[in-house]
Amino acid sequence: MTLRQRPSRIPVRLGAVAAVAALLAGCAGAGGGGTSGDGEALNVLMVNNPQMVQLQKLTADHFTRSTGIEVHFTVLPENEVRDKISQDFSNQAGQYDIATISNYEVPFYAKNGWLHPLDPYVAKDKAFDQDDILEPLSESLTAADGKLYAEPFYGESSFLMYRKDVFAAKGLTMPPKPTWQQVADLAAKADGAEKGMKGICLRGLPGWGEVMAPLTTVVNTMGGTWFTKDWKAQLTSPEFTRATEFYVRLVREHGEAGAAQSGYAECLNNMTQGKSAMWYDATAGAGSLEAANSPVKGRIGYVPAPVDRTESSGWLYTWAFGMQKASKKADNAWKFISWASGKEYEKLVGKQVGWSDVPAGKRSSTYADPEYRQAAAAFADVTKQAIDAADPVNPGVQPRPAAGIQFVGIPEFTDLGTKVSQEISAAIAGRKSVPEALAASQKLAEKVAEEYR
Amino acid sequence: MSTSVGTAAKVSSARAAAPVRPRGGLRAWATRAPLLPALVFLVAVTQLPFVATLVISLFDWNSYDPDARRFTGLSNYATVVTDPALQESVLTTMLLTASVVIVSVVLGLGLALLLDRAFFGRGFVRTLLITPFLLVPVSAALLWKHVLYNPEYGLLNGAWAWVAGLFGDTDPAQPDWISGMPLVAVEAALVWQWTPFMMLILLAGLQSRPGEMVEAARLDGANSLQIFRYLTLPHLRRYLELGVLLGSIYIVQHFDAVFTITSGGLGTANLPYTIYQTFYKAHEYGLASAAGVVVVIGTMVLATFALRVVSSLFREEANRA
Repeated sequence: MTLRQRPSRIPVRLGAVAAVAALLAGCAGAGGGGTSGDGEALNVLMVNNPQMVQLQKLTADHFTRSTGIEVHFTVLPENEVRDKISQDFSNQAGQYDIATISNYEVPFYAKNGWLHPLDPYVAKDKAFDQDDILEPLSESLTAADGKLYAEPFYGESSFLMYRKDVFAAKGLTMPPKPTWQQVADLAAKADGAEKGMKGICLRGLPGWGEVMAPLTTVVNTMGGTWFTKDWKAQLTSPEFTRATEFYVRLVREHGEAGAAQSGYAECLNNMTQGKSAMWYDATAGAGSLEAANSPVKGRIGYVPAPVDRTESSGWLYTWAFGMQKASKKADNAWKFISWASGKEYEKLVGKQVGWSDVPAGKRSSTYADPEYRQAAAAFADVTKQAIDAADPVNPGVQPRPAAGIQFVGIPEFTDLGTKVSQEISAAIAGRKSVPEALAASQKLAEKVAEEYR
Repeated sequence: MSTSVGTAAKVSSARAAAPVRPRGGLRAWATRAPLLPALVFLVAVTQLPFVATLVISLFDWNSYDPDARRFTGLSNYATVVTDPALQESVLTTMLLTASVVIVSVVLGLGLALLLDRAFFGRGFVRTLLITPFLLVPVSAALLWKHVLYNPEYGLLNGAWAWVAGLFGDTDPAQPDWISGMPLVAVEAALVWQWTPFMMLILLAGLQSRPGEMVEAARLDGANSLQIFRYLTLPHLRRYLELGVLLGSIYIVQHFDAVFTITSGGLGTANLPYTIYQTFYKAHEYGLASAAGVVVVIGTMVLATFALRVVSSLFREEANRA
């Protein structure tokens, strides 16, 4: 981790104290020699995902070398990044010029006036080619005022992964565009296909970004919603209840053991170890399943997220670069964003690190690149289709009060989603009935809705 | 750190001595002055953050809504006391702490008594027994979650399947430990980590026990049980108190096992986890600070209370004896 001190302002302040100015400015100059170029250097706050760490390694040799702009990174875990961004951005302290934010935060960060609109830069920077960015991503990074506030670094949707070899051995066929009912039937048939193999792996671990993400996509496609357009909580509606009953029953009957403690990492483990025949989760999972050392490499098939009443149901998530409004180095900050989110950077990673490590899922051109297509042959097209089909503004069958597919784009959702997820997790563990869990959740959601009505 | 504590103690003793020589003000300050930086440092690193927390706890402060920050007096504390989720987590914390401390003290006492005997390889066994306590809490929790409890590939179910296989049962029950008994699962992991700590303290106590007294008791015809009951246990009183006290203080604050094993689900969210959630998920800085202050007060009350009760119990026993 490279925790950098903010540039020292001591010399400036001491300038006022005439008597000691000469002496102390000399000391500060001597002590802070290394930070002399800091006036121009960019400070970037990033989440500690592998792709970001890769970026950190490549920046000095490529970006700094060609532009002369130094970049100081602060890399932190997701929760701490959110906390640090909200502290620095809410005061507009200007300590960080650029921060990684997800499409969940963009709507209300922009509303709070914390972000610098990027449209003017995009218009000038033809090489960046905004039209190449996948449409749903641009849409999800555009706030209610119609301005674009962040550029994606990588994007993901969700889809269904299944074991082609197991399905073939059992004589099962995966439809090219399955419905949830078909998936449930297939899960029942594939359950026990091999010793210790379950039909499907679905997340059950509490957390707004764990069990709530796949469950909310099921709710969307089965006609439910968290809130109506006029902010009425709908967690006990027949649609929401049906979707939750369906999800909980599926994972209890044919899902992985220990489902209430299984999140993305656990399901990935189950799938890699041959303990699950299917897995509904993030498209990013495919990269790990098809990695060179994966025992199931080449044996996985990929189809779009199962649906019920909607045409598509995959979620949409992206880590993107946003610029702090108070940044005094906006022009340089754009240069960095344009480089890191640009086409050339993807090629650089592909050549230097490997095509499977490319921060993909954000540009059409990525999926036209023959070298990337070769590395990601199994899942490239279905991933792009999944992201293309995602509609962050209108993911269900009714109008929504806030953007978001697997979340509701309001600041309260991290707390609400986490609390509700604990109720759902208890239902998955069999310690509560689904109606009980949803009745408790409805009260929490209603309290949040009241503040918006 | 020990030097600054030492100087702080000197400062306070200098202050205590001040009334005796009221007129030597300047002189006294001259001798005190060099010690001041240490005192200021100590106050700055230990007391200021707490004062800041106290102040923040009086504000309605949601980090995503910075413009709405305002002074609300004690209303955060009212929320802490009346919120059912927080009340439940207080109860969970008490249950978790009490059961972990009691079980690990009993197990630790047993292990200490065994280790107090001379046998071949005692040093090696002692090192092995201490190891769990040396593990980083979060890795211990990960170990329990994945290596032991996991119903698909965990050792508990694996060992059970192997044993059942020996008896010809090819499809033995594979219980889901954490979902079945979430709080017990968290407690077991904590007991495993804290038993060595209790054992160490009690072993130190046992080894400071004077041998002549035991010998004298034996000559007087006391059996082993009587020696343990009337000599060893009263002698261990202070060590038991210390173990219970330190154990309670640490386990009230414990976060890693709850976070890792259950993510606060299935009714295992204790106060530290709830505070984490209030701070990082709800972004309610004021409310989280208020809950934090309540935990500190609770820990102090618990520690004082536990110490009093334990002391008085033993004192009574000693009197009766």
